[in-house]
Amino acid sequence: MVDGTFIIEKSVVIIVVFAITMIMAMYSTWAERKVAAYLQDRVGPNRAGWGGLLQPLADGMKLFSKEEFFPNTPNKFLFVVGPAIAMSTALMTSAVIPWGDKLHIFGRDVYLQATDINIGILYIFGVLSVGVYGIMIGGWASNNKFSLMGAIRAASQMVSYEVAMGLSIIALLMMTGTLSLKVISEQQSEWHWNVLYQPLSFLIFLICSFAETNRTPFDLAECENELIGGYHTEYSSMKMGFYLFAEYASMFISATIISVLFFGGYNYPGMSWMVENAGVNPANLLGIAVLFVKICFFIFFYMWVRWTIPRFRYDQLMNLGWKILIPLSIINIMITGIVILRHDIAVYLGF
Amino acid sequence: MIHIPDFAHATTVQVIFCFLAFITVITAFLTIFSRNPIHSAIYLVICFFSIAGHYLLLNAQFLAIVHIIVYSGAIMILFLFTIMLMNLNEQREVHRPRITRLGAIVSFCLICVVLIAIFINSKPIVGEYDSTGEDFQSIQVLGKILLNEYMVPFEFASILLLVAMIGSVLLSKKEKLNK
Repeated sequence: MVDGTFIIEKSVVIIVVFAITMIMAMYSTWAERKVAAYLQDRVGPNRAGWGGLLQPLADGMKLFSKEEFFPNTPNKFLFVVGPAIAMSTALMTSAVIPWGDKLHIFGRDVYLQATDINIGILYIFGVLSVGVYGIMIGGWASNNKFSLMGAIRAASQMVSYEVAMGLSIIALLMMTGTLSLKVISEQQSEWHWNVLYQPLSFLIFLICSFAETNRTPFDLAECENELIGGYHTEYSSMKMGFYLFAEYASMFISATIISVLFFGGYNYPGMSWMVENAGVNPANLLGIAVLFVKICFFIFFYMWVRWTIPRFRYDQLMNLGWKILIPLSIINIMITGIVILRHDIAVYLGF
Repeated sequence: MIHIPDFAHATTVQVIFCFLAFITVITAFLTIFSRNPIHSAIYLVICFFSIAGHYLLLNAQFLAIVHIIVYSGAIMILFLFTIMLMNLNEQREVHRPRITRLGAIVSFCLICVVLIAIFINSKPIVGEYDSTGEDFQSIQVLGKILLNEYMVPFEFASILLLVAMIGSVLLSKKEKLNK
């Protein structure tokens, strides 16, 4: 099974996915400014290139050419490792995401997924939980009180929302019966999107993804008026850029996961008709386009929320996580269980 | 007995195993020997990751990923929390009385004797492996086995965890009341 072409095929898929993640993260920074400008009735970046399209490149140039500053810390190595972990975990998640069903190229079916492991969702959770280290190690190695406070805030927030996130996913998994993202996408063909069956689970998952990516209503880790800059106060130049970039990359990835888990992934109504009438390749290319439309909508949604809802207070954040979202998701699990076993229960009760 | 092949004839799995085992042992030792408690914790995290790698070598994907989520993702992060907030001084050498050191040495020697005895007396698995044809790395099979054949131990384990959780909540509550 493992032959040369297989390795080449997978390498191409991996490199393309990597490039797309980077480009999407890059243009998310541009989109964030544009969306912010639009919501605040401003113009936004419009000097570098048409409509400011070269702005991300200019930003990158600026970050690279800035002075590399090291704070007075005994842990120079860990100081560098922090952003590296943040960046690599943000990019690792995309390995299990199915970007499309398959393409028929050179007489072979190319599956548009880097790897299909049967623990796909757990893999994502594992990588997410490792991502906390990037923030914690970076914040601690900065040798600065505010950085440490920011790091601890970020980490405790991520750890507590991971619980609710995992529980909300369990209800979904009870329905799908698999952890493989490929199978979950296939189950949602046509209009059988999971969001229609599990709206509560989707809502909890969405809120938790905001917390996991440290985006605004939950960006207490870097609230300027209390903690200066949060865990990346002491960072400058490209190390700072890595943290920011990791944030946008993980925003892209979490938008992708939401679309794949709840909004049918690459499926669109009439896909099987397209496969029959227009061929495999056009139908699946359209599927990829549809997936990216969904992703872009969710990225826009992230930004929309950022400029609409003010930040929570820290105790409100923890109350929301532990006292509202976790009980809600447990109730959701119970309801899902009852609905799945409704026939057995009816038989047991003698109907 | 354990076969140690020469390096030229080692299979890929053996090479990976040696590499992982090296990392595991080195980081485990560094966990104990490093002066800075945060460095110790980070070495322990790396150690856990390499153990997850061992699980992957044994084709236990589920176990590997759960190991990462639970140990590296939850337990060690809480450990790091506490260590960071306690602000331990790295240069401070904790004074230990001589009797404790002696006790530690004696118990270490006893554990060594037991482990060596186990390694010497352990026999390789007698007979052939049973091939059931089932894919035990898939969580579907694992879940079915856990909730059918091993239902009672599974429930016992969860009750044990629940009791531990309630106990820890109770302990932290009590401390607050006494203040």
